[in-house]
Amino acid sequence: MSTVLEPTKLVPYHQVLDENGKVVNRDLMPKLSDDQLRELMRRMVFTRILDQRAIRLSRQGRLGFYAPVAGQEASMIGSEYATQKEDFILPGYRDVPQLIFHGWPLYQWVLFSRGHQHGMEMPKDVNALFPQIIIGAQYVETAGVALAFKLRGEKRVAITYTGDGGTSQGDFYEGINFAGAFHVPAVFIVQNNQFAISVPVRLQTAAETLAQKAIAAGIPGVQVDGNDILAVYAVTKQAVDRARAGDGPTLIETLTFRFGPHTMSGDDPTRYRTKELENEWERKDPLVRFRKFLEAKELWSEADEEKTVEEAKEAFNQAVKKADEYPKMTIPGLIDSMFEVLPASLKRQREEYTGKEEA
Amino acid sequence: MAQMTMIQAINNALDLELGRDPNVLVFGEDVGKNGGVFRATDGLQAKYGANRVFDTPLAESGIGGLAVGLAIQGFRPVAEIQFFGFVFEVMDQIAGQASRLRYRTSSRFQCPVVFRSPFGGGVKTPEMHADSLEGLFVQTPGVRVVIPSNPYDAKGLLISAIRDNDPVIFLEHMKLYRSMRMEVPEEAYTVPLDQAKVVREGKDLTVIAYGAMVHTALKAAEELAKTKGVQAEVIDLRSVNPIDIDTIVASIKKTHRAVVVQEAQRQAGAAAEIIAQINEHAIYHLEGPVLRVTPPDTVYPFAQIEDEWIPTPQRVLDGMNRALTV
Ligand SMILES: Cc1ncc(C[n+]2csc(CCOP(=O)(O)OP(=O)(O)O)c2C)c(N)n1
Ligand SMILES: [Mg+2]
Repeated sequence: MSTVLEPTKLVPYHQVLDENGKVVNRDLMPKLSDDQLRELMRRMVFTRILDQRAIRLSRQGRLGFYAPVAGQEASMIGSEYATQKEDFILPGYRDVPQLIFHGWPLYQWVLFSRGHQHGMEMPKDVNALFPQIIIGAQYVETAGVALAFKLRGEKRVAITYTGDGGTSQGDFYEGINFAGAFHVPAVFIVQNNQFAISVPVRLQTAAETLAQKAIAAGIPGVQVDGNDILAVYAVTKQAVDRARAGDGPTLIETLTFRFGPHTMSGDDPTRYRTKELENEWERKDPLVRFRKFLEAKELWSEADEEKTVEEAKEAFNQAVKKADEYPKMTIPGLIDSMFEVLPASLKRQREEYTGKEEA
Repeated sequence: MAQMTMIQAINNALDLELGRDPNVLVFGEDVGKNGGVFRATDGLQAKYGANRVFDTPLAESGIGGLAVGLAIQGFRPVAEIQFFGFVFEVMDQIAGQASRLRYRTSSRFQCPVVFRSPFGGGVKTPEMHADSLEGLFVQTPGVRVVIPSNPYDAKGLLISAIRDNDPVIFLEHMKLYRSMRMEVPEEAYTVPLDQAKVVREGKDLTVIAYGAMVHTALKAAEELAKTKGVQAEVIDLRSVNPIDIDTIVASIKKTHRAVVVQEAQRQAGAAAEIIAQINEHAIYHLEGPVLRVTPPDTVYPFAQIEDEWIPTPQRVLDGMNRALTV
């Protein structure tokens, strides 16, 4: 008998632009106006500058927790751009840019980073959760958010993010399986940046792609060049449209790379990845590629770049200033945030702290 | 003897046990090449190979299940949960499976697994990293919970934990990893898993603590001695499951008053259990109620106010003064 047990790769891979900004797949080219194309570039440059500023502030000891994003801008910005304001984002700890462009005020991000609970509080009109720390938790919750949209007949989509490492969690499988079983309007993004802290993706799984994990859940899974913002946008847009139309969830794996350390809390990438690998990915920089594409169409200039850089610096400075001035967290405030109706036991505990404050 | 930090003492204990017993395995997220996010396993993969010290996929439940399965087959896994706030992901494998393997199989199988995990506040981690969740396992029959307060104990307790034939949760307070050095023998030695230690003698008041709170309690005790001439006896529990009530009772028979200090929230934690046991074993030796110094019953707060939330030496001192007067 012939062997029937062969691992298979069953998912397509998509790219629109190659590393030099040349169009390699006209069919997938999204219909975006010149202004929209410029906006994508603006957002990526803005994000790159925020990242640099955050890293700098962090090194000065003036920020708190921060997970750098440089290298992943196309995956982040391209996918968020495919959503609408009423769509709901469930992000991981690195997914700050998507939140910012979905409406999370910058100063709240700074508060979040500095460990102020009000950083996690989303303004009423912002359809998103704070960055999730527990890897995988947001994937299962996404099935719930999306089911709510379906039950209420709302034409809204839930979109969530995790990393390559996150696909190993039980919650990952439960999330995509529930979403498939309930046929809900959800989009699951996996940003495969090749490493989970120090662990390379080949140690996470024997699966050739992460997108193929969708097959077992009975939902479409696709792999996309995560440093090609047009491909990320185009594929996510199809998934979002499909979800909105009531046709069910999709899993998208974006192939990308984080240029910086895992977080600013002492990670040293030289312990687990080579300079050659870093150089290889630097050549695929999502900003460089898209800039070349736009410059060839005369849609982006040096002046545009400079203007965006200045805007980003200014926005970041304002955000830090506002966060600096924001009232500090207090223990009574913390206690008050535990319940809608504070139990007597907690009221008593609260008094121990208010007395002290007034003294 | 060598001067070691707690992280070095832990690394050293793992190194010695890997060298001594080929059945000892070390695994978890980032423990291999990276040597752990705190470097607790630094150099061990290079020394013992990737069959004995290895990275796992990112899944705590998987890590727990792998450990239990290997233990069933006679290995002695030392599994790292990268931060103890992620223990909820592996709750069933620890509290539901590992803890009852011996009982279920009448000792046909046993579960000599050590779950090592950093925890504890004061180092500005993101959410779900610093929480003191030991109380959950004070209420879990079938597991031991060990919490060292210094490098010497860390090494001796970890070696005991690895050699013990039942599951041990070994909690490493992040703030203690590098904050102190002490003389630690280079060779292997053990510290018993169920014995508290009197770390400061006194006749007027007993203070019971564990983990980083031992140091907070010691500071408060010095202050009390200096300002009031009152001598507090400080007990480092070292294990919160089981609790060494004998050492506590012996102290209370001398002092007649007691305070329990814990970094975990107030309700139903280790301190509550300690006080219940004191009531059962020593109530007639007490001259006043046993008090608790703990944070309030909120989630572990976001980093900005953690230093205020965690009991400070001043709060402990206030608690001691109250215990002396009520
Ligand atoms: C449940 C859980 N386990 C472990 C961690 C610790 N941790 C934080 S990030 C990380 C690696 C995640 O890698 P990946 O999913 O690839 O995302 P990336 O950081 O690369 O964006 C780990 C192990 C966590 N936050 N939550
Ligand atoms: Mg990753």
